[in-house]
Amino acid sequence: MRYVDEYRDATLGRGLARAIAAAVRPGTRYNLMEFCGGHTHAIARHGLEDLLPEGVRLIHGPGCPVCVLPVGRLDMAISLVRDHGVILCTYGDMMRVPGSEGVTLLKVKAEGGDVRMVYSTLDAVTIAQDNRDRPVVFFAIGFETTTPPTALAVSRAASLRLGNFSVFCNHVLTPAAIQSLLDSPAVRDLEGGSIPLDGFIGPAHVSTVIGARPYEYFAEEYRKPVVIAGFEPLDVLQAVLMLVRQINDDRSVVEVQYARAVTRTGNEKAQAVVAGMFELRKAFDWRGLGPVPYSALRFNARHAAWDAERRFALADRPGRDSRGCDCGAILRGVKEPRDCRLFGTACTPDTPKGACMVSSEGACAAYWIHGRFRDARLGEDRRCANHSPTP
Amino acid sequence: MRQPFPHPLNLDTGLVEMSHGAGGRAMAQLINQVFVAAFDNPLLGQGNDQARLPMPAGRLVVTTDGYVITPRVFPGGDIGSLAVHGTVNDVAMAGAVPLYLTAGFVLEEGLPLADLVAIVRSMARAAREAGVSVVTGDTKVVERGGCDGLFITTTGVGVITDDRLDLSGDKARPGDLILVSGTLGDHGVAVMSQRETLTFETPILSDSAALHDLVADMVEAVPEIRAMRDPTRGGLAATLNELAQQSGVGMAIREADIPLKPAVRGACELLGLDPLTVANEGKLLAICPPERAEALLEAMRAHPLGHEAAVIGRVVQDPDCFVQMETRLGGRRIVDWLAGEQLPRIC
Repeated sequence: MRYVDEYRDATLGRGLARAIAAAVRPGTRYNLMEFCGGHTHAIARHGLEDLLPEGVRLIHGPGCPVCVLPVGRLDMAISLVRDHGVILCTYGDMMRVPGSEGVTLLKVKAEGGDVRMVYSTLDAVTIAQDNRDRPVVFFAIGFETTTPPTALAVSRAASLRLGNFSVFCNHVLTPAAIQSLLDSPAVRDLEGGSIPLDGFIGPAHVSTVIGARPYEYFAEEYRKPVVIAGFEPLDVLQAVLMLVRQINDDRSVVEVQYARAVTRTGNEKAQAVVAGMFELRKAFDWRGLGPVPYSALRFNARHAAWDAERRFALADRPGRDSRGCDCGAILRGVKEPRDCRLFGTACTPDTPKGACMVSSEGACAAYWIHGRFRDARLGEDRRCANHSPTP
Repeated sequence: MRQPFPHPLNLDTGLVEMSHGAGGRAMAQLINQVFVAAFDNPLLGQGNDQARLPMPAGRLVVTTDGYVITPRVFPGGDIGSLAVHGTVNDVAMAGAVPLYLTAGFVLEEGLPLADLVAIVRSMARAAREAGVSVVTGDTKVVERGGCDGLFITTTGVGVITDDRLDLSGDKARPGDLILVSGTLGDHGVAVMSQRETLTFETPILSDSAALHDLVADMVEAVPEIRAMRDPTRGGLAATLNELAQQSGVGMAIREADIPLKPAVRGACELLGLDPLTVANEGKLLAICPPERAEALLEAMRAHPLGHEAAVIGRVVQDPDCFVQMETRLGGRRIVDWLAGEQLPRIC
């Protein structure tokens, strides 16, 4: 398969693994956070941790859109269906995330609520076209990658004069979340931070939209190297190597490994579309990070008619996380999935208690689905001989 | 002789009506003109409420399966052929020769008779090709909205004639090798692409097929096969996990050895699916002692339905019963059961 196989080549992958092993300095720890859930998923799916030397530790960041949406926002979406009788169009993963009292959209659907799973924003517009006598709301979540498609759906709905269509907007911004992490007491060196953080594997798809420039501030002000990497396994390995070299050389700059798609300025057309339709919220609640200033978008005054929050006068809800769930700490990188006492017992992908166990980009789901054999064999050789598939 | 039904059903423009399931003349006419006409065999033709069958020598095998797939017609098959293949395969996985099928139909009021006839004929053709007879059946009609067009349930009866065969999911032992009969994920991707109206340069067809003939060659060559299963819903991942749990062992497979069509890999990348969890309807997985694996692979590859067969890994000792995979890059990961729902109504 062209444009995929090249980035999964085993020989090149082993070569990169050897180069990383040769580059790491004995006794030095390299604590690298992959911000994006896409990277978390790639690392787990391709077993990349097996290819990295002891000194390199990957910390899973909060870049999973399903995971960071706080329970209160999900409760608001549920209320749109239950109290306002809308047809709610949502991406599939969102349907299994438990809201307060453990209610999921899947359950709301089983009760008779009209919840539809869509693959794209335009599917939602089509549903609005087919149901002109009923309110249709698109449950918009995600980082900068998914915002332009939401904007395009609204433009399309406008040109079709779909007065029954609106958007429950939960789009969030990556740089604000990175800044919040870096400013958190858990990370700040001065306050004896508990998460050592030596560099970032920067977002792939998000950066195609916003470009490499927004990360320059973190590299300069916080002295953290950033390497923007693609979502294929060789991309991740190469980014690790580039970060190790920056750390060795005591450099902290933004480098673009994903040069086939990311420029310094990004997709200016998409940025303009978004800027014309949305404005910054003063603050937005993130699961794990709490309220983060200027970290999310809402419709501007000119497009207020498309805003489901205003149209249905939705009140903010506090929401309550499942008791015992450590999603918040896991999203901050303070805890690992196996540190949560619900992990693998009360909380599995079939019975998720927290959002990180739902999306395949969530750290808990990635660990449980692909990596839990590592926990079962703690203390044993990671490459147990008896598990070689070749006789 | 007077015609029992003076006005033949209009099979071109007619619709299924509630009376077609009410037990009266209309139902008798539907059975006669649609089902008996297509399945055409003396046992069904007797018109009894049951089929009386001679007891074959050997061990009897019975299985049952319901079919609710949407869309009813998909690239490479339809709900009718699938209702034969799926059940024939479940019989065959015991190493048995499939002999008879029963068929229960739940029809939705308003279903075009032409659609019903096309599906029943497809089913009859699949049964004929598989050498099985549909010997008895049942028809029910529900109000519009009560089901989606039609649902079919088939029960299969077969016989194991070779006393040496003892295939069962709890028989996998550490050291055994794991084989698959060909490329994986074709059915699921074909159905998915139809539903999402995705088009590919080379259309992906469902692999829906009856596997009993391939199985007959396999058990003749290697009667020591420990277990066989067709990886339908949940794909290879589910089947390996089921067998691992049943036998109390682990499985270790290699990503590079798993046969996948490039178009299926591509579609899975695009749709965010793991091809190992995508359904198949004409593939099987076999576990056999290592010293017999070569003979088995040879027998499989000699059959048209197994010419892309491959050894994909081996059974290992593992109290946690994990299915592990060595990735192309040399890392390792678990191949887990599918969580939640990937694709509803895939078969």
